[in-house]
Amino acid sequence: MRIKRNTLLTTTVFALLVVFLYWLSANRMQNGMLVSVLQKGVIFALVAVSMNLLNGFTGLFSLGQAGFMSIGAYTTAILIIPVKSLDGVYYMNGVHPGIRALKMVVADSPAFVQSIFPFVALLLGGLLAAGIAAIVGVAVLRLKSDYLAIATLGLSEIVRAIFSSPQFDQITNGSYGLNKIPTFPEMAWGLIPSLLTPFIVVGFCVVFILLLINSSYGRAFKAIREDEIAAEAMGINLYKHKSMSFVVSSFFSAVAGGLLAMYMRSIEAKTFSITMTYDILLIVVIGGIGSVTGSILSAFLVTIAKEWWLRFFDQPLFFGGWQVPLFRTGFRMVIFSILLMVVVLIYRKGLMGSTEFSWDRLIGRFRRTKNSEGGAA
Amino acid sequence: MSMTTILQHCLTGISLGGAYALIAIGYTLVYGILRLINFAHGDIFMMAGYFMIFALASFPWPVAIIITLVVTTVMGIGIERFAYKPLRNAPRMSIMISAIGVSYLLQNLSTYLFTAIPRGYPELPYLKKIYQIGELSASFVTILTPILTIVLVFVLMILVNKTKTGMAMRATSKDFETAKLMGININRVVSVTFAIGSLLAGIGSILYFTDRMSVTPFSGTLPGLKCFVAAVFGGIGNIPGAVVGGFFIGIVETLLVALGYSTFSDAFTFLLLIIMLLVKPTGLFGEKNVEKV
Amino acid sequence: MSTILLKTEHVTMQFGGVVAVDDLNIEIPEGKITALIGPNGAGKTTAFNVITGGYQATNGRVTFDGHVIGENYPRSKMKKIYNGTYKTLNEHQVINTPDKITRLGMARTFQNIRLFKDLTVFENVLIAMHGHIKAGMLRSTFKLNKEEELMMNQEADKLLHSVNLHMHRDEKSSSLPYGMQRKLEIARALATGPKLLLLDEPAAGMNPKETEELALFIQEIKETFSLTVFLIEHHMDLVMDISDKIYVLDYGKTIALGTANEVQNDPAVIRAYLGVEEA
Ligand SMILES: Nc1ncnc2c1ncn2[C@@H]1O[C@H](COP(=O)(O)OP(=O)(O)OP(=O)(O)O)[C@@H](O)[C@H]1O
Ligand SMILES: [Mg+2]
Repeated sequence: MRIKRNTLLTTTVFALLVVFLYWLSANRMQNGMLVSVLQKGVIFALVAVSMNLLNGFTGLFSLGQAGFMSIGAYTTAILIIPVKSLDGVYYMNGVHPGIRALKMVVADSPAFVQSIFPFVALLLGGLLAAGIAAIVGVAVLRLKSDYLAIATLGLSEIVRAIFSSPQFDQITNGSYGLNKIPTFPEMAWGLIPSLLTPFIVVGFCVVFILLLINSSYGRAFKAIREDEIAAEAMGINLYKHKSMSFVVSSFFSAVAGGLLAMYMRSIEAKTFSITMTYDILLIVVIGGIGSVTGSILSAFLVTIAKEWWLRFFDQPLFFGGWQVPLFRTGFRMVIFSILLMVVVLIYRKGLMGSTEFSWDRLIGRFRRTKNSEGGAA
Repeated sequence: MSMTTILQHCLTGISLGGAYALIAIGYTLVYGILRLINFAHGDIFMMAGYFMIFALASFPWPVAIIITLVVTTVMGIGIERFAYKPLRNAPRMSIMISAIGVSYLLQNLSTYLFTAIPRGYPELPYLKKIYQIGELSASFVTILTPILTIVLVFVLMILVNKTKTGMAMRATSKDFETAKLMGININRVVSVTFAIGSLLAGIGSILYFTDRMSVTPFSGTLPGLKCFVAAVFGGIGNIPGAVVGGFFIGIVETLLVALGYSTFSDAFTFLLLIIMLLVKPTGLFGEKNVEKV
Repeated sequence: MSTILLKTEHVTMQFGGVVAVDDLNIEIPEGKITALIGPNGAGKTTAFNVITGGYQATNGRVTFDGHVIGENYPRSKMKKIYNGTYKTLNEHQVINTPDKITRLGMARTFQNIRLFKDLTVFENVLIAMHGHIKAGMLRSTFKLNKEEELMMNQEADKLLHSVNLHMHRDEKSSSLPYGMQRKLEIARALATGPKLLLLDEPAAGMNPKETEELALFIQEIKETFSLTVFLIEHHMDLVMDISDKIYVLDYGKTIALGTANEVQNDPAVIRAYLGVEEA
């Protein structure tokens, strides 16, 4: 009975969401800002969830997210920049002949192949990142918590150095970065407009991660988080499971990176600096370490607040003739850092703690407030 | 490259390494006692750069230096009190996140206060004076840095090995819980540790920025991380190890830049870290630690 | 004579200057309860850690159920105390991680309880079964191994019933009272499907009544799961009551071995426990 009610509620909410997104797609001109923050929010939701899989569910404090995102972003971008734009993009150093040849093949292939190619590119970016994670994991996953953090951070810096180095100019375009990246593709022959694509891709990815977390392997991850020594004594191969979590997390970070490349339309290595990892960490911490729904909620809240609602902090503010002090460029980020510190020091659980959203709890809370109001009256 | 150019680069590298060594000591001390990578240490170093700029604008240089060092030290102690002490019994990850949070806050705060545009670092005429040694030419700061580093390390070693406070520090870093039970005032030891670390970072900052000539809110991030790597390389918790690590990274980095691999000079540091952790996780001079079950 | 399930030969564990375990030679007969006793700091837990693969012995060999699960014979030391038939250096080292040893059929509990605190009682038991899972990550994620999962769930439920913890199935393990946590830790160890169960001070912090119940419980699970038990314990009543064979350790050295009666009357043991200085 209750289970039925919950499924019904969930389905309704998702249906409404889809309807809303279709409406938004039809009216995207008037709602540019809303579309932009929602898309960015959903992309960051995926990175935050994949970071949470590592940090919150497996207890591995990794700071390599930006690096894996950049692998996905560059792979996707290089693969999907149309052949006619190549000369414009690589105007300084020319493009590697291999890349051009590949693009010719794609451009000559049937329409169906071309329509799914952007998704293939996302997948390839993810697989490349996963492969690199698997190899690097052999080395870094033996390290204890804080060493792992600094090693993964270092890894991400190494990746960034490679992408911006002049030695790989013809592939990554060095410090000039890549531009003219096509935006999100349509799906299902135009039935699903391009606005919805990131939501659908992220949706599939998050469902996969949720299934994984609730599987026997996910339980093993949690055991490692709780107590490595006990987990090992219970027959769980630490290296194998840490590596799984690392590879899966890197895969999805890279897919999110690919989506981000489509969203931003132009990328450079600098985009994926340590600050980006810190931004993602901020989302995870605010949402609650160990809560997928918390990360998703927080990704939207933080993105919308940062990019939109709190913009006014950065503008000078006048009351009549009096200029309110403090309000100028950079104030918004100060507010954000203070917010983060408040969460870290005082509200240590973040929005959701390590629990997941559930209808039962929401309705329970709603009932309780209603009852207490009733009691007071 | 001629011999002279190589020597010239080595000299620059040694100077850079000296500054790195001073910062690395801060990491190694704090890690030794709290088992915490103080991600904010690099930003303390950056803030010291700004303090110096402002202090020099209104005071003569000796006063300005003292003001800078005092403010930096107080800031270091304050950060520990405010952001790390409340989390001392929390999981390791929380306190690390707090350190990252402080780093984030300092960067954003300084972007807000001083803007992201690089600020010129004032020149101290004495430090910038050029000396000619044979074919080599070097400013006074280049020569001063390594010498001052060695002297400071020497003083620090005496402090750690000969004084009562130093003994308390060593006891705490060996076994935090037991030291607490033995009646050592942990809070004082931690404060002293942060004070020394920040003071050295302040000195390192003056030496480093005099050579670089400008400060931005992000000037501290990479040097900070590199210095942590230096500390790991030398064996975390080990002061001479941190110094060796600092010099090594400074010299190699300078040579890589000289050879035209400047984009890889940062990457090299981290590659070094990963290799070191694989080959000898305890660093050059570190001791082995087995977790008791 | 029953067969020997676990055997250690010349096992030595040295931490810097401390020799925590010194030339330990034990034989655990199958189907019996063997105890390891000794004063605080005698090296009992360290011996367990070496056997289960947590520490790598500085010297010696551990054989379990026909497999050499750990071995370390550095050349120079070997000459002195062990005349093996090994010739090349490489053959002298066998290192197994604890998880592999557990999957071979050896499970343990810890002196200071190490449950997965934030997880439920049921999850704690399920996790212990994960080591033997056949499905890979993808199959398990997409729930393509329904039968296996169902089996695991049923087994876990059965196990919880058999140790009387089923009514706490969905509670957080850290919310259980202390005695039950100890019991859950044993149940969790049983869930790995062991032949040999190592218990590190299972009665620590229990009152005499609870201790008595525990003695019965250990004998009971020994029968139902056809186990061999090796336990460390300070409660002498419990040890004397249920053990078939007792090893006494002091300062890492084995000072006595035998049945309860033999050990109780051994002058060396009395000396070690009463702390009389050797003349
Ligand atoms: N990882 C380690 N590093 C250094 N010394 C250790 C380590 N583990 C154990 N020791 C030392 O080995 C000795 C034996 O310790 P162990 O824990 O094995 O004793 P025990 O017999 O289990 O004592 P108890 O009855 O108190 O549990 C002690 O002196 C201890 O300090
Ligand atoms: Mg013990």
